Amino acid sequence: VSETRRAAPDDAFFWNAAAEDRLLIQCCADCGTLRHPPAPMCGTCGSLSWDTLEASGRGRITSWIFSLHPNRPDDAPRVVILVQIDEGVRVVSNLVDAPHRGPYDDLRVVVEFRDDRGARTPFFRLDEDAS
Amino acid sequence: VTDAIIAGIGATEFSKDSGRSTMQLAAEASRAAILDAGLTPAEVDGMVTFTVDGNDELQLMRNLGIEEITWWSRTPGGGVGACATVQHAVAAVTSGAASAVLVYRAFNERSQYRFGQPHAQPVGPPPLDWYSNFGIDTPAKMYALWFRRYMHAYGVSNEDFGRYTVSARRYAATNPKAWFHDRPITLEDHQASRWIVEPVLRLYDCCQESDGGVALVVTGAERAPDVEQPVAIVATADTHHRDASITSNYYHDDLAGYPEAAASARRLFARAGLTPADVDVAQIYENFSPLVFLVLEAYGFCGPGEAAAFIADGNLDPGGALPTNTHGGLLGEAYVHGINSIQEGVRQVRGTAANQVGRVDCSLVSSLNSGLLLGRA
Repeated sequence: VSETRRAAPDDAFFWNAAAEDRLLIQCCADCGTLRHPPAPMCGTCGSLSWDTLEASGRGRITSWIFSLHPNRPDDAPRVVILVQIDEGVRVVSNLVDAPHRGPYDDLRVVVEFRDDRGARTPFFRLDEDAS
Repeated sequence: VTDAIIAGIGATEFSKDSGRSTMQLAAEASRAAILDAGLTPAEVDGMVTFTVDGNDELQLMRNLGIEEITWWSRTPGGGVGACATVQHAVAAVTSGAASAVLVYRAFNERSQYRFGQPHAQPVGPPPLDWYSNFGIDTPAKMYALWFRRYMHAYGVSNEDFGRYTVSARRYAATNPKAWFHDRPITLEDHQASRWIVEPVLRLYDCCQESDGGVALVVTGAERAPDVEQPVAIVATADTHHRDASITSNYYHDDLAGYPEAAASARRLFARAGLTPADVDVAQIYENFSPLVFLVLEAYGFCGPGEAAAFIADGNLDPGGALPTNTHGGLLGEAYVHGINSIQEGVRQVRGTAANQVGRVDCSLVSSLNSGLLLGRA
């Protein structure tokens, strides 16, 4: 996990699993409610006990933008996506191998782990198998 | 209806390079507001600003000659807390915690710290680091990822957003205090401006970066007879929901709306005993033009997805059903974090606005999550 990820007690599980190409979602061990980004307490029942669910990695693009000036000048332009994971939470990521500048609304995607500045990171690509 | 008034307003000029410290801008605006209220600095006993304001209360007291304060507070959330500052001040003066509260905001947002720039270190406290690593590193990109869902849900185009900007720049053109005074634009100009975040925001959809300061003084309504131009604070509201964030509002069930603004609208109108039809003039916070669309719909001035047609029909323009951002907005007048829009709401009630809409009995100021209804004292 790179310095920029700064894994902390609340989210180390996410980046540790990402290092093994697994996408984990935090879920309450008492009431089962999923939550992302990670947080120490369940906002539904107040429990501090939590577990994780391994996501299928499949989902649908809720929203997206074409990012013209990424956060490092030497980075290529990229498509930023907000993905509704099939299991029920939303995550922000990038669409890799994006074929054009858009539109990408409501398209199906599947997770693809890649190295990014020293950290294995969950990105997504278009799911060619999905209609 | 609150038992408080806005007794005074004050501001510096709005520029791109003030040439002086933010403390001097805060002091100039504050002293002007205190004198406008018919008070002396020694009579001020409360202070409210934004959590992100860089001007320390005690240093500002020293500059102004305020002897003692018995209330201070700050509102979180940047611009969404602009109207909440007045709610804090009303709470202070109506509870007896203070009798005259100075509300201020001052910065060199163009010549010193530019909010709109990507920052060198793409890290921040959670939740920012869930976004910055994927390229969400400026306010324009943070907000655009939310707005795109609204565009897709209702078939709204960037050209639709441009019709708002043209309206705002038309008001700015006839407001001598506006940075874009005498510089209106056409829809063609808007569509020719460069993409900031494709396919959502062009340059002319983004607010200015401004240097300047604005201040207000809030007192109890019993002072109104001693104030030259008192304005009643009819109602205040501020609403925040879970599963939301100021800079990453991606987790509501329906991203094509603004539920916090809608909840504040319901509270404002219920507290005032008024309806949207009673509003004579509106100022709506727009760091980016799409927020005007979301707020018009949240307040019930039009139905969900109808703001584009509502604006295209000229309702926001002079003589329209809801003249809006009559100072030119944050796009046209200046970006002083939305507090300059409260000042415009006050001027419209006083009858002293550059683009005065006639007699105003109900003046709405919405800074998104928080809002104010102002009226005649």
